[in-house]
Amino acid sequence: MTYFLQQGLNALQLGSIYALIALGYTMVYGILSMINFAHGDFFMVGAFICFVVVTFMGLPFVPAMILSIIGVSLLGVIVERAAYKPLRQAPRVSAIITALGVGIFLENFTLALSPYPKHIPAIIENTSWTFGGLTISSLQVIIILLSLALMTVLHFIVQHTRVGMAMRAISWDKNVVPLMGVPVNNVISITFAIGSGLGGAAGMMYGMAYPIIDPYMGIIVGWKAFIAAVVGGIGNIRGAVIGGYILGATEIMVAAFFPSTYRDFTAFSLLLILLIVRPYGIMGKPRPQKV
Amino acid sequence: MGNRIIETDNLTVSYGSIAAVKVISFHVEQGEIVALIGANGAGKTSTLRALSGMTTYGGRVSFMGRDLRGVAAHKIVGMGMAHVPEGRGIFGNLTVLENLKLATWQRRDKKEVAADYDRIFNIFPRLKERRQQSAGTLSGGEQQMLAVGRALMSKGTMLLLDEPSMGLSPLLAQEIFSMLAELNRAGTTILLVEQNANMALRLADRCYVLETGIIVLEGTGKELIGNPQVKEAYLGT
Ligand SMILES: Nc1ncnc2c1ncn2[C@@H]1O[C@H](COP(=O)(O)OP(=O)(O)O)[C@@H](O)[C@H]1O
Ligand SMILES: [Mg+2]
Repeated sequence: MTYFLQQGLNALQLGSIYALIALGYTMVYGILSMINFAHGDFFMVGAFICFVVVTFMGLPFVPAMILSIIGVSLLGVIVERAAYKPLRQAPRVSAIITALGVGIFLENFTLALSPYPKHIPAIIENTSWTFGGLTISSLQVIIILLSLALMTVLHFIVQHTRVGMAMRAISWDKNVVPLMGVPVNNVISITFAIGSGLGGAAGMMYGMAYPIIDPYMGIIVGWKAFIAAVVGGIGNIRGAVIGGYILGATEIMVAAFFPSTYRDFTAFSLLLILLIVRPYGIMGKPRPQKV
Repeated sequence: MGNRIIETDNLTVSYGSIAAVKVISFHVEQGEIVALIGANGAGKTSTLRALSGMTTYGGRVSFMGRDLRGVAAHKIVGMGMAHVPEGRGIFGNLTVLENLKLATWQRRDKKEVAADYDRIFNIFPRLKERRQQSAGTLSGGEQQMLAVGRALMSKGTMLLLDEPSMGLSPLLAQEIFSMLAELNRAGTTILLVEQNANMALRLADRCYVLETGIIVLEGTGKELIGNPQVKEAYLGT
């Protein structure tokens, strides 16, 4: 039982990270009906910003976190304006290929900077507490609570601010939103900033939990988080969170009770089955066709 | 001659090689209700979309004396033009109140905004009852009211309406039209696009008839109701 709870805690930690990344996919999809396939690499950049500011500037946790978030937010906004916006009217496949290209660029740009892998030094004091056989580390507490805090902030922005209202309106019918006097391009930029920033935060936390980082670390994690977003119902914010935690739990539990090589295979199979049962994802609903 | 709020000069709208609007010139004066009627595909929606900056166009559109070329759609809203699009364009995932609120984006006069909610809830008491409800649950008529309410919340003094009677029962359509007449008496200028020419002609001060992208007739509402050509083509008699 304790072992099970212990794994539950690990699942919560990994699931939080997947959920944060999945939110980035789902927000961009919700507003542009486009999958930002470079998002996994945004996540990687978050980990690298953390590495740079901690190693070379000696910054502690909080400023490193803030810089990772802001840095990746800016990256998202710039990539959208420079690479995706010109293609908004183009066939969808152009945007997909461009996103993949941006991802490859980011990987190779990072790769060209210096030899890998890198090691992020520990920036928070590693204490742990034990309650009746259950051990919690300070890192776990930080990752889980910080993720929940970021998700709460996101929920507040989307549900209770003017710009969040505009995001929801755009996800319903982008064409009508300018007629409300809303500058749609600005709202899209803000969406990219938030979605990418969450990916940056996830990258940093991931880098703290698994401190060996390399330029390709975002590929597999990105794909997994993307699948988590799809399983939750792409475009649906709550769905992305649920999908992230389901994926985290599946992976941890499979690895806990089966040989670890089964992990990805089993996790992906489960997700595929979920999608066969619920093709629009857990929270997704088929939208009535507009005439 | 009154004060021309909207004036177009050789307006054209094309989609690729399809010319939807072929060189039309018309105007709307302050305080008027002008109707633009025509069959399906005549180019009515394209014309309105050009006016509100939702599509690229050739020729010239001016609004209150200002050339609109290059002005973004959301800025045009801020200038006082409100476009109620075809199919109403309600955000079904937002509440009624949020739909209204979104339309105030360009406004800086916070106090008057608060008063305007009351004004709109006065005109449409049913929206008030349903203000916390998601707008997707409204009936067609209520959605049309919400669409007009939104246009008013954006402080539109010039209303462009694209087939507001579409999908409504004759009774509800009548209700919407009387409300438009009332808004007009209170000072709102209206450009009304309709396939349902009968009611539009009776409401309008002046009217243009559009056929495959060209204005083929114009006159006062009364003149056109009596016109045999119009009778045959648009009034179904
Ligand atoms: N987005 C579009 N792409 C291509 N053709 C269009 C588009 N919108 C309208 N059209 C064409 O332009 C013409 C005029 O359409 P529209 O302005 O919608 O007319 P109306 O509102 O009078 O029915 C029609 O032939 C229509 O098929
Ligand atoms: Mg039309």
